[in-house]
Amino acid sequence: MTTNNVARTDKASKPMASQPHRSRAIYARRRLVNKFNMFGATLAMAFGLFWLLWILWTLLHYGLSGLSMDVFTKITPPPGSAGGLANAIAGSLQMTFFGTLIGTPVGILAGIYLAEFGDRGWLAPATRFINDILLSAPSIVIGLFIYEVYVISVGHFSGWAGSLALALLVIPVVVRTTENMLRLVPGSLREAAFALGAPQWKVTLLVTLRAAKSGVITGILLAVARISGETAPLLFTALNNQFWSNMNQPMANLPIVIFQFAMSPYEDWHHLAWAGSILITFSVLTLNIVARWLGSQKSQSH
Amino acid sequence: MTTNDIKLQVNNLNFYYGKFHALKNINLAIPTGKVTAFIGPSGCGKSTLLRTFNRMFELYPGMRAEGEILFDGNNLLARNVDVNMLRAKVGMVFQKPTPFPMSIYDNITFGVKLYENLNRAEMDDRVEWALRKAALWGEVKDKLKQSGNSLSGGQQQRLCIARAVATRPEVLLLDEPTSALDPISTGHIEELIHELKEDYTIAIVTHNMQQAARVSDYTAYMYLGELMEFGDTDSIFTAPKRKETEDYITGKFG
Repeated sequence: MTTNNVARTDKASKPMASQPHRSRAIYARRRLVNKFNMFGATLAMAFGLFWLLWILWTLLHYGLSGLSMDVFTKITPPPGSAGGLANAIAGSLQMTFFGTLIGTPVGILAGIYLAEFGDRGWLAPATRFINDILLSAPSIVIGLFIYEVYVISVGHFSGWAGSLALALLVIPVVVRTTENMLRLVPGSLREAAFALGAPQWKVTLLVTLRAAKSGVITGILLAVARISGETAPLLFTALNNQFWSNMNQPMANLPIVIFQFAMSPYEDWHHLAWAGSILITFSVLTLNIVARWLGSQKSQSH
Repeated sequence: MTTNDIKLQVNNLNFYYGKFHALKNINLAIPTGKVTAFIGPSGCGKSTLLRTFNRMFELYPGMRAEGEILFDGNNLLARNVDVNMLRAKVGMVFQKPTPFPMSIYDNITFGVKLYENLNRAEMDDRVEWALRKAALWGEVKDKLKQSGNSLSGGQQQRLCIARAVATRPEVLLLDEPTSALDPISTGHIEELIHELKEDYTIAIVTHNMQQAARVSDYTAYMYLGELMEFGDTDSIFTAPKRKETEDYITGKFG
């Protein structure tokens, strides 16, 4: 060790005279490169943020004036008369609720399968692959699929059809997050539960899933945020309704009402479309913030 | 030693990780009510051996044990043995503390509930008993409802010992239980091992030679998957029969 050290200082001390100058040049160059990259990164971020802020500003600018109590209490009006979005809001809430209710258990169970049994056999890798395809499938295809298998066979559009289409969008998101979150649980925790003589299902439900709980909930919230703004899958399934409806009838919902009203030539429908856009955007924003917050709670506790 | 005094009798045990031959023809008897320490350099197979005693290795594909391990005379590697029942009788504590994501109270009751039906009062008694056994009762008796994760590392490890003790196993396997702990917590746990051996048969894997000398009655020295020497701790540490054992113990090697 000692001889080695001596040799090293020897070598380093020889070009001592030129060293300070050279290192200063290298340092200056690195500062320049750093500044350049920093500038580029900041510019890219500003570019992205600019559009986002513009969208939010436009929404607030045009939508705020249309936002009143009527929006929440009255149903969608015919052109020229006063009204609100109450039936569309209720429809969106119902279909999002049932879509999540149907999709979440399936997603969590499939995620458990992939995480806990996914290392053996061919079924799990195949499932994972198909799930990834489903995750990136265009949502209009999902809508068409439900139209083909459900709407045609029952003969009419309905809230249930809309919920089913949304459930199909929830499943892959929840499968993916559940699997990832369960895989983050250290194997030692699993082993400790097995070492007490616990059967597999108790280990998974009482220990592993509980350890991954906040991550899984985050995944569900992100899935809800995703489906609450979806238009395409509802076009062929729930369609729209001017009035209140039950789940077995065509059902009004915010995204399609926005589409219909925004495309219309009527001024008061435009106002309602803007108000609906604000509602959707800010509920999705809130869901995302809550999901982020829950996620960060988890990382702090570990 | 008569057969009555032997809790675990290992006969011609071979173990494979896929093609890797990790344990080579191990023969050894672990006496009842004593502490047996396993020492040896990393990768020598001592943890692997410990994990055959509760068939922990079966959680992972590609692992295989051949030979027999008699647990009170019955081969625990036999196919008809219920692994979960076996693990209820052979408890294990791991290197890193692994409290479950639940309250201190629920951590203890988790294992108990699996095989016993106790009423509330009996369960309370059992929790207190287990925590007293693990010398943790005084520190946590007022916060049983708090998360097990809120405890310090040393306390968490004692919670894990309490959890293992609570199911009243016959054998306790300790896989480097103090390697992640500071000297004071280590001291606590070593005292605990002394007290626990009254009621349990204990097998401990350790990298710390002094620890093996302090806590164990018998010591096994393993190297490259083979059992090099096994005997009572005093003679292994004062008069090892083999040169390799002496070299390892005196720090010339390993």
